Amino acid sequence: MTGARVEARGWGWRHAGRRSHAVRGLDLTVGAGERVLLLGPSGSGKSTLLAALAGLLDPANAGDAEGRLTVDGLDPRAARDRSGLMLQDPETQLVMARAGDDVAFGPENRAVPDVEIWRRVDDALGAVGFPYARDRRTDQLSGGEQQRLALAGILALSPRLLLLDEPTANLDPDGARLVREAVAAAQQSTGVTTVLVEHRVAEALPLVDRVVVLDADGGIVADGAPADVFGKHGSWLADAGVWVPDHPLPERRRRATPAGTGSDPPARLLVATDVGFTYRGSPRPVLSGVSAHVEAGEALAVVGPNGSGKSTLATILAGLLAPTAGCVRAAPALAGADARRPPHRWRARDLATRIGTVFQDPEHQFLTGRVRDELAFGPGRSGEAAAAVARRVDDLLDRLHLTRLADANPFTLSGGEKRRLSVATALTTSPSVLVLDEPTFGQDRRTWIQLIDLLAAHRDAGGAICAVTHDTGIVTSLADRVVTLEAGRLAPVPDQEVTA
Amino acid sequence: MSQQQRPEVHRDEASVDAERATEPAASRYAWRTVDIVVAAVLAVAFGVVFWAWGNLWNTTVAGFTAFPPAQAFMYGVWLVPGVLTMLVVRKPGAAVFAMLLASTVSALLGTVWGPQVIWYGLIEGLAPELVFLLAMGYRRFGLPVALLAAAAAGVAAASLDWYYYYRTWSTGWLVSYFAILVASSVVIAGVGSWFLVRRLAATGALDAFPSGRERDRV
Amino acid sequence: MLDVHSPAVGTGRLARANPVAKLAACFVLGIGVSLTDDPVTPALVLVAVLLALRAGGVAISVLLRRGWPLLISVTAVGVTTLLFGDNDQPWLTALAVIVRLLAIALPGVVVLLTIDPTDLADSLVQNARVPPRFAYASLAALRLLPLMATEWRTIRMARRARGVDAGRNPLAHVRLFGGTVFTLLVGAVRRGTRLAFAMDARGFDATGPRTVARPQVVRRSDFVLVAGAFVLMAAAVAASAALGAFRPLWA
Repeated sequence: MTGARVEARGWGWRHAGRRSHAVRGLDLTVGAGERVLLLGPSGSGKSTLLAALAGLLDPANAGDAEGRLTVDGLDPRAARDRSGLMLQDPETQLVMARAGDDVAFGPENRAVPDVEIWRRVDDALGAVGFPYARDRRTDQLSGGEQQRLALAGILALSPRLLLLDEPTANLDPDGARLVREAVAAAQQSTGVTTVLVEHRVAEALPLVDRVVVLDADGGIVADGAPADVFGKHGSWLADAGVWVPDHPLPERRRRATPAGTGSDPPARLLVATDVGFTYRGSPRPVLSGVSAHVEAGEALAVVGPNGSGKSTLATILAGLLAPTAGCVRAAPALAGADARRPPHRWRARDLATRIGTVFQDPEHQFLTGRVRDELAFGPGRSGEAAAAVARRVDDLLDRLHLTRLADANPFTLSGGEKRRLSVATALTTSPSVLVLDEPTFGQDRRTWIQLIDLLAAHRDAGGAICAVTHDTGIVTSLADRVVTLEAGRLAPVPDQEVTA
Repeated sequence: MSQQQRPEVHRDEASVDAERATEPAASRYAWRTVDIVVAAVLAVAFGVVFWAWGNLWNTTVAGFTAFPPAQAFMYGVWLVPGVLTMLVVRKPGAAVFAMLLASTVSALLGTVWGPQVIWYGLIEGLAPELVFLLAMGYRRFGLPVALLAAAAAGVAAASLDWYYYYRTWSTGWLVSYFAILVASSVVIAGVGSWFLVRRLAATGALDAFPSGRERDRV
Repeated sequence: MLDVHSPAVGTGRLARANPVAKLAACFVLGIGVSLTDDPVTPALVLVAVLLALRAGGVAISVLLRRGWPLLISVTAVGVTTLLFGDNDQPWLTALAVIVRLLAIALPGVVVLLTIDPTDLADSLVQNARVPPRFAYASLAALRLLPLMATEWRTIRMARRARGVDAGRNPLAHVRLFGGTVFTLLVGAVRRGTRLAFAMDARGFDATGPRTVARPQVVRRSDFVLVAGAFVLMAAAVAASAALGAFRPLWA
């Protein structure tokens, strides 16, 4: 099986109902078997190009095309059986309840003869290194296993063009690695042409031999071997948000406080003692015997593999979930009179002024229909004067570069904007402690840096940060202390001060 | 180089309807994959909503469920999927499909009544479906039609309950039951659905649907 | 928790029967009993169904474990019939209502315990000519159910973190409920749109015929099952008439 050949001549696309083109003036040739990494700032049309190559954009009702785009000389819609598209979210790519059935879904759609379907299923499962049998339930798979299953579903159709739209964006590092290995194996055994869109460039480099950079205003800005492209364009790419390899991240750890400055030791604002949590009816605990604390003026990172109970610990510390064992106590400095009661018994209104929580999906926390109202919600409820609230909101909008979006519906913002907004709304009630669950998930470099700066500012002003994360970047750039969890318990290595 | 983006003026129902009237009939009535899947996901989401709604009332007032006239106040929630899905997807059969699937999910989750709720779902879906069909042949999706459709669903639900459970009730009780149920349906499944769809459209989530084209764009 | 994919009763003859045949049998009995108005016919049907379920491999313990809420709700309806009814034989009428409801609901409740949703979808497409796009889209959506249930809880926690909770005020509970429903639906529509895109990418929108990876056969025993439901209904009516107790709904 050889790869398909892709050609674009002055190709452009405008989605129906939009005013500006998603892609414009694209001239590109990808030879059979070539492996291409597609980069570019947000809005440069990478996903649109992949969707078009997969034959999923219909000029009749989805938008307007200009120029020419072919796969093996055919219109992509006629060549749909030659291409396979892999998307970012594993949960919305799987269709069936059992793994084998899901891989068989594609062949069934393409009318592959019955007798051949299961042979292809088994071959595809083997090709991606799927560790379970055919009847494994898909909702019991980890993200990495689900993405590998999605890849198997694509490979079962023997594609000649493999299109990957950020396949590891939603995965933890282990899962991401396994998916990349599966892609590499497929490339080696079939010689399929690959077009990959991926933020984490450094890890994607082994999968590609060529880098193409799209320009936000149309056309291609750079095209060549990775070393050349990053050598020449590395800086502005990094500024535009691409995770260019070997570009260092800003250092934001706290300045070391010299011993004996005369002030008291840092206040422990929240202390969790021997905390455990088990879901009702479940035999195994998610957390057991975990002790941790959150200090003022410190950024704490909670790390560990998938399923280690990190998020559960964070929600317990944040007073959103009652532990089934052990307890959490807040210092009087944080809670005043309420210090006698554990955080999960505080009134929500009080909780929001003491501990702010930022969830992994910003949309879960939006309450209103306008960005401005979102920012005004917290202070408005605690009875501040309207004029003071308005001034604070304007100031925040300015600091977060969200002023032009002040009247937009929060749900219509881009991923990075939503993330900034959700952190900001958590900060509007002036909590001392900020708990965050995977705050840098899927962020480009620019948003990442803005976020780290925001968090560092909070910490430097005396607040406390507790971030649950897979992102080693946070650990090296921001965290002053790290707690490692493994299978619901503290890992054998105790809390370590992160040495400078 | 970059175009100034003027906010699009809010388009009223009439202009959208005019545009739809000029669409070829095939694409106006044919179900795309996204229509089917989103209708299905909405219906399944209501499986969760029903479960949570049931929890909400089971814990607060235990005897509520045994006192039918009180139940009738809250009945509207069970009738939302049909009207809501039709308002979002706007394809023939949407109300029936959504109600059938939502009730099947309820049954699979283990409601007390088992598959009988599927039968209920079918009838409670057919009633609003007929309203959308008869009132201008699947062209009108504004508030008045939504209210009428919800009322029809309420009448269907009350009739089913009368047939299966309450045939021996006195006329007075029956009439009050009907009235409360239909009112609940009109408010929750009628106004509620219409309002929900407008707010959903404002988030941009409905951009793939005609119901989403009516939002302001920034 | 919200898990619909593991049938509680996975073995036995009833579990192996064709899903559409099982539903058809319940349907036949359900309609038949709905059309009667006396206590005897449904009672006969109920007894016969219980015996048949035992023979089909459904243990009494499972029946009780899954069936007791039905019993309670049916009794509640019986009580309201007593309270709000107006006829000359209140107790007998209440009993008739109870037995009738049990006879209609019970077969379905139990049959549902033996049905796997994937098998049901396959069977509907292959044996009942349901359009595959609707059946498999529904199955795909069903897969997202546990995810959305977890998301419900997460949204509640997220709202608490923003300072919104309900306390004692029932109106506040309803408002919080409404807001949570809205956020859940936004996520649902977004997921549905992405899922539809992914399904199309795998050829779901092809117009030609589909092949079948999991054949659902209709055996002779399945015909017997459905025919048996008809026969049972007729026999119950006959026996009830013979006892002089039969009364159809329209009488």
